Amino acid sequence: MSGNGRDEPFAFTPENVERAKAFVDRYPRGRQKSAVMPLLDLAQRQTGGWLPPAAIDHVADYLGMPAIRVFEVATFYTMYHLEPVGRHVVGVCTTTPCWLRGSDEVLETCREVLGIGVGETTGDGRFTLTELECLGACCNAPVIRVDDDYYEDLDADAVRRVLEGLKRGEKPAPGSSIGRRSSEPVTGLTTLQAAQPPQGS
Amino acid sequence: MLRDEDRIFTNLYGFDDWRLAGARRRGDWDDTKALMAKGRDWIVEEVKASELRGRGGAGFPTGLKWTFMPKESDGRPAYLVINADEGEPGTCKDREIMRNDPHKLLEGCLLSGLGTGACAAYIYIRGEFHAEAERLDAAIAEAYDAGLLGDNACGSGYDFDIYVHRGAGAYICGEETALIESLEGNKGQPRLKPPFPAAAGLWGCPTTVNNVETIAAVPIILRRGAVWFGGLGRPRNTGTKLFCISGHVNAPCNVEEEMGIPLKRLIEQHAGGVRGGWANLLAVIPGGSSVALIPKSICDTVLMDFDSLAEVKSGLGTAAVIVMDKSTDIVRAIALLARFYMHESCGQCTPCREGCGWMSRMMDRLAVGDAGVEEIDMLLDVSYQVEGHTICALGDAAAWPIQGLIRHFRPELERRIAARQAVRAA
Repeated sequence: MSGNGRDEPFAFTPENVERAKAFVDRYPRGRQKSAVMPLLDLAQRQTGGWLPPAAIDHVADYLGMPAIRVFEVATFYTMYHLEPVGRHVVGVCTTTPCWLRGSDEVLETCREVLGIGVGETTGDGRFTLTELECLGACCNAPVIRVDDDYYEDLDADAVRRVLEGLKRGEKPAPGSSIGRRSSEPVTGLTTLQAAQPPQGS
Repeated sequence: MLRDEDRIFTNLYGFDDWRLAGARRRGDWDDTKALMAKGRDWIVEEVKASELRGRGGAGFPTGLKWTFMPKESDGRPAYLVINADEGEPGTCKDREIMRNDPHKLLEGCLLSGLGTGACAAYIYIRGEFHAEAERLDAAIAEAYDAGLLGDNACGSGYDFDIYVHRGAGAYICGEETALIESLEGNKGQPRLKPPFPAAAGLWGCPTTVNNVETIAAVPIILRRGAVWFGGLGRPRNTGTKLFCISGHVNAPCNVEEEMGIPLKRLIEQHAGGVRGGWANLLAVIPGGSSVALIPKSICDTVLMDFDSLAEVKSGLGTAAVIVMDKSTDIVRAIALLARFYMHESCGQCTPCREGCGWMSRMMDRLAVGDAGVEEIDMLLDVSYQVEGHTICALGDAAAWPIQGLIRHFRPELERRIAARQAVRAA
């Protein structure tokens, strides 16, 4: 991995150069600045989770933008990290719909199992714990987001299982911890019980 | 109850195949070319006649919005932008459309794109929805491979592209001009209007921004007709709607129902009822965090549509129904929303930037009664100073939940203050 340290240089890997080109191609000619968000995301994934100054400069050079404009974007959006983070970023949603269904307990369990507070990283560099605002999965509350994945319908035991699995180096299956497919009522379907009806009669 | 044959989102829960083959079985992409052949004006008129109102929260008539787009290009291309930045607390419906029924959205983009004269659609999806963005990308690739998108889309002679753009964690980007700023590669700070996006939006070009659910409903409206859609619900509040029922119910769920369904029936029929029974209900936030809560006495009879909820000084918003039973610390519930708005204020307008912080800190104190009784009116006054004094509606959205709390639960705020003062005096 390049650009992992604060003062190390950064450049996209050959594979990421290809990906960056594909992102730029999504926008009209001359509008390559629109690709700044996907490129920052790409850079962050390459460094292992954060954006050192060299990565911001590299994205700025790549898109022909002043570095300060790229820095503005990197500071505005919460998913860009300007400091190193753990290998897994555990984000606990604590907005009202999750709170009503027990996010206090979920957050407390994360603190206890990981042994760190919100905004902290474990000594071995494996986990960072954060508090997030609404993740948009409220019918499956409470939820946490670990890296790119949602874990839903949680309680203290379910969170513990997810975190212990990650600690063992496994990747627990994302989604509902109580076996729901998505956001259907847990007590049984009240709609769409029959075969899928045809549309466009 | 809405009959299954009148549902739009027939794979809402993902029990069926999300891919093109499954979508076609459910009726999507069925002779789209024939619909396109009827022309731009027909599409706009049909959507107007259906009285479809935007499903992203504001409820603006969709067909009317489309008529703001220039009929003839002055040389600039036009764009359709899909607002998939679903982040209004309580709301989780667009996610289900995108992961379980992505082709419904894509076909809607093509038909709505023709209706607005757009050459391409950008789907701006919130960054946290990583799996959903990958699903959309895969569905788009399928549609291109099948000739449904791209040059001569569906054999119609119309060229149309769809691209996904991932956000990176900012609620404000759900505001349409902030979303456009973000799509242009800037901080997501709302623009002053006018000019409205239809005149100068994305890259200065005519742009229409619509919610995922709105656009996904367009194909079936065109297929079954405005009369069918308009026959569901009530006048000016037509059609079906996805309701997201969360909080203290026995079975939280997304469900598609007819507009205007009584709130009580919605909760009891689909969400397993309020935890502990209807009598145990304290209050409901009926349309996502930005609308005022309503106490049980109103919940008993209110209908779930734009006009009915506006009459009780709340709103349908995104139809995210957040249910709170009698065990709820109602002041903390709203204090958490105040914190949310403080966190999400983009900082551009002083009343919002300063006011959201002020209101949040005030709410934290009120939650534990650490205030004087006169501060309740002071908080209300500050909320009015924020409301209506900002470029975008985030300031309003921050003010309304607090105004609703004070309107319906002032005695509870006073009780906490008195209790704390009594403890101090002892």
